[in-house]
Amino acid sequence: MRADATFIAVEVDDAAAADPELARRLTEACPVDIFAQTGDGGLDIVELNLDECVLCRLCLDAVESDPTHPVKVIKLYDDGAILA
Amino acid sequence: MRFFEYEAREIIKRAGIPVTDYGFTTDAAEAREIAQRIGGPTVIKSQVLTGGRMKAGGVKFADTPEEAEAHARDILALEINGHAPRGVLVDPRAEVEQEYYAGVVWDGTRKQPVMIFSPVGGIDIEQVAEEQPDKVGRRHFSNILPLSDFQAKEVVASTGVTGAALNRLVPIVKRLASLFVENDMILAEINPLGRLADGSFVALDAHMDIENEARGRHSRLLAELGVGEEETRQAREATPFELAGEQVDAMDHRGVAGNVTEFDGNLGLVIGAGGGSLTLFDAVRAHGGKPANYCEIGGNPSVAKACGLAKLVLQKPGVERIAVMMSIVSNTRVDIVARGVIKACLELGYDPAEKIAIFRIPGAWEEEGFKILERYGVDYADRSVSLNEAARRAVEKIEGAPV
Repeated sequence: MRADATFIAVEVDDAAAADPELARRLTEACPVDIFAQTGDGGLDIVELNLDECVLCRLCLDAVESDPTHPVKVIKLYDDGAILA
Repeated sequence: MRFFEYEAREIIKRAGIPVTDYGFTTDAAEAREIAQRIGGPTVIKSQVLTGGRMKAGGVKFADTPEEAEAHARDILALEINGHAPRGVLVDPRAEVEQEYYAGVVWDGTRKQPVMIFSPVGGIDIEQVAEEQPDKVGRRHFSNILPLSDFQAKEVVASTGVTGAALNRLVPIVKRLASLFVENDMILAEINPLGRLADGSFVALDAHMDIENEARGRHSRLLAELGVGEEETRQAREATPFELAGEQVDAMDHRGVAGNVTEFDGNLGLVIGAGGGSLTLFDAVRAHGGKPANYCEIGGNPSVAKACGLAKLVLQKPGVERIAVMMSIVSNTRVDIVARGVIKACLELGYDPAEKIAIFRIPGAWEEEGFKILERYGVDYADRSVSLNEAARRAVEKIEGAPV
């Protein structure tokens, strides 16, 4: 799944997005509420908050144990550079 | 926050400074009762927070209670400079031998209160200072240590006052200094301070202004005086534009993007940072610019909040462009403000490169911010460009813009 705002886009692997534990970790980690958990425990990206991203990497830290790196934060204003 | 005269008199009375046996009312019939109690000639004074009461007919003299009632009725219906009176003060017409002036004001440059005294009262102290400078005594004093007897005596005596008058004035001046400090005032003025035939002194009028930020510290006094928490007592009511600014600031807890004041120019300002707003506003004016507004942004507002403020300013009738300027920021992120103001332009259908005359916010996350500004072709400046120069460039662009 991917959502784009004006300055920031977020991409999450579909398989990972369906994982309630990962969804919970992302929801807890983001300080500006970009992630939310749906009723069935899956992940939702709150598009309204995407441009509030402060590039803190906490979402990346929350999933760092996953070798597939399922979350990408993309800086649309920087030729699509991915937050590392 | 300014006090009405009747409130200022109450503060003076509580401080132990003699006042006349006045009464305050919002009802003409009650004015008659007060005049009856006083039992002699009275003065009926409109209670408004504006000058020119006497000229406007807001101060009238009455010889009888019936006359006092009639005058009160007229004055209660009389608007002065657009201000409806809060009520009327019914004051005994004192037989005064001489009018004096005693005041304390906050000297923002010295960061100390300054006591001002003059044996020439009843007129503006500025006029006395200009026409009879030797009749104005001044002395700064500590806002921690109380004004001493000696200091009070010195300031009064410096104007030529001697003898019994000097001895009686010293405690009054000292109490005025104390009430100024204790109540976090920026102005406490008794004018005139009347000397009666028996040599005693009485406060005949008073003006007081408390520091707005200190209101919370004096909530008990304000409640006792009947000052509502919602009363701003500003010189004018907030405009719809200014109220909209308050709503923007209240939209979330992050940072500040508000304190908007409306002006009638064509250059919208999104400005702030540690006094930067005032400096930048002055700089724009010094370069011949006409600000459409004043505002304060800082403390790391959210993108939405910066966007909301910029949209408000951009939509103000007459605004041709906005200038986004701050001094060097450490607790506000450059990239977040950049996103906010660019988003405002985009959402309103404007080209950010056209609408933003200049973006001059150096500091935290500036590299990321400058990338955003470059992406949208916005003219920006780093810390090598002074606030003054940034203001000049913004004004220059407005002057070249089609009207």
